[in-house]
Amino acid sequence: MISLTRRYHFPASHRLHSPMLSDEENTRLYGKCNNPYGHGHDYALKLTVTGDLDSETGLFMPLSRLDEFVRAKILRLFAYRNINVDVPQFETLVPTTENVVKVIGELVCEHWQEYFGDLRVRVSRVHVQETERNGFELLLAAPEIKIASAERNESVMVHA
Amino acid sequence: MLITRKAEFSASHFCRLAELSDAENLAIFGEEAHPSGHGHNFVVEVSVEGQPDPITGMIVDLKELKDILEHEIVLPMDHRFLNYEVEPFGKVVPTTANIALEIWRRLEKQFQAAHFQLARVRLFETPDLYVDVTHPVGQ
Repeated sequence: MISLTRRYHFPASHRLHSPMLSDEENTRLYGKCNNPYGHGHDYALKLTVTGDLDSETGLFMPLSRLDEFVRAKILRLFAYRNINVDVPQFETLVPTTENVVKVIGELVCEHWQEYFGDLRVRVSRVHVQETERNGFELLLAAPEIKIASAERNESVMVHA
Repeated sequence: MLITRKAEFSASHFCRLAELSDAENLAIFGEEAHPSGHGHNFVVEVSVEGQPDPITGMIVDLKELKDILEHEIVLPMDHRFLNYEVEPFGKVVPTTANIALEIWRRLEKQFQAAHFQLARVRLFETPDLYVDVTHPVGQ
């Protein structure tokens, strides 16, 4: 098996607050992350692609195509934005990094064919690093999606 | 159980196909296609699979592993121009993927003799780009 992983960066702000909970419960649950003004991170997004390597070029695809895809479909939405306010998917969704990686995974899957339908390549992993100490990853092994939160040692299965 | 050892080599390369025009090469390989070449500080992480020996407590003799990485990767590739000085990159485009595959091939041969089970080769071309090769190799 051969795969290629490319890392991208996006600074963004967020606030963790659930409208389903009282202010006291929100403070207790989210702690500092519940600060009403929000706060920011330099997120790092890693996409892992796998599939058929072009035997002539030694590439899965020109990297500029992958970069353009990530720029157009993900970074444009998230980079230098307030996730709660500016990213429509988070109108009712709490922007925990679990949810950020899930939304990015959905965007990747939704638009992949449109950009890379001519190639036999797919994304096998989406990883979002919130800080050096917190990383969350989505393993895309069709037909089901696995979420593993590496740092907290939990794993959740979500059926696509 | 996996044990991973890291090695580094700095080398120059370019990625282009002789039969294509400059514009076509630029479209496929981007800046990597510039014919004068450019360099990277490549970092390779090699993982070996096994169980600790009941007597020594070691999966592999790290000295032996270090020597193989030194002879197979660092000595032939460090401070070299891959396209001109390292086979098969006179003919094969030295993309990150092809270099990682070549490292896998070189190590697999040596590891068989040393009874090491090669589990993964991870080659970083930059901190933002790496390729993993694992079994089964190929596509």
